[in-house]
Amino acid sequence: MSNEEIKEIISSTLPSATYDETGEWLNVIIDSKDWKKIAAECRNGALQMDFLFCLTCVDWKTHLTMVYHLTSTKHRHNIVVKANLDHAMPEIETVCDIWRTAEFHEREVFEMFGVNFLNHPDLRKLILEDDFKGFPLRKDFEDPINMIKL
Amino acid sequence: MELKEKDNQAFPGIIHETPGGGIVVSTFDSIINWARSNSLWPLSFATSCCGIEMMSTASAKYDFSRFGFEVARASPRQADVIIIAGTIVNKMAPVLKRLYDQMADPKYVIAMGACAISGGPFFYNTYSVVKGADHIIPVDVYIPGCPPRPEALLHSLISLQEKIKMGMTRDQIRGEFKG
Repeated sequence: MSNEEIKEIISSTLPSATYDETGEWLNVIIDSKDWKKIAAECRNGALQMDFLFCLTCVDWKTHLTMVYHLTSTKHRHNIVVKANLDHAMPEIETVCDIWRTAEFHEREVFEMFGVNFLNHPDLRKLILEDDFKGFPLRKDFEDPINMIKL
Repeated sequence: MELKEKDNQAFPGIIHETPGGGIVVSTFDSIINWARSNSLWPLSFATSCCGIEMMSTASAKYDFSRFGFEVARASPRQADVIIIAGTIVNKMAPVLKRLYDQMADPKYVIAMGACAISGGPFFYNTYSVVKGADHIIPVDVYIPGCPPRPEALLHSLISLQEKIKMGMTRDQIRGEFKG
């Protein structure tokens, strides 16, 4: 499916989505409260995106951005969905019920960035110790005991 | 009657030639050290990339079972030497301490690779790596390298054997002061 067709299908569900085609894949920029709706549409609708292959977060110092890479094994097209989050209270809906792989990926983003995933079945730390304080991958993370600055 | 002094490699002691054979005069300590050094069983403890080099040292090309490190035991109760091959993170540190405590005396430690010596490439700007395995357990031999070549690991195993024969490992020094 070409980029135009994908844009049409997404815009029909979510008119407020904006697009950025400068990268390798089509980037869809949405608002974080619309994520669940568009995720359900991507999986179950005409696009048939059944493979979420990357789920990360980026810390721009003023806000956070959630990045989801989706691909379809049937049509072989890829899109990237980005949603901006507030720095003070980063929250977004979970997609564990749509793509099961998101369970572990969202746990990792939670422990590294502090993003709260609403309705996640088991949100706790994945690799860090259970009593670790702070969110290491944020730009303002300070750890004077362990980190020796170069 | 001739007195022959043997070198480090063979059985320690002085041989007195007598008709019909010979008598070896030695000290118990040197015989026990010789026996221990030639049969050190390693505990398989590979956390990172140095573990691959250790595995390659254990396999056919650079065999370390020629030096007596024949069986790598999985249980610390049956092992003599622990080769810390890899990075120790904060979450792994209590596990390493517990394994070391479970090993029976006499026990020796080899820190293999830059990460186990001092945190290595993860010394700066990391929140989760222990900067050197000797923050957790006392180390006898350090092997620099990232990862060290299998020949370097063999050299360190030979140095550990020499150290045991001389009686200079931490375990032996600790034992001397024990009354």
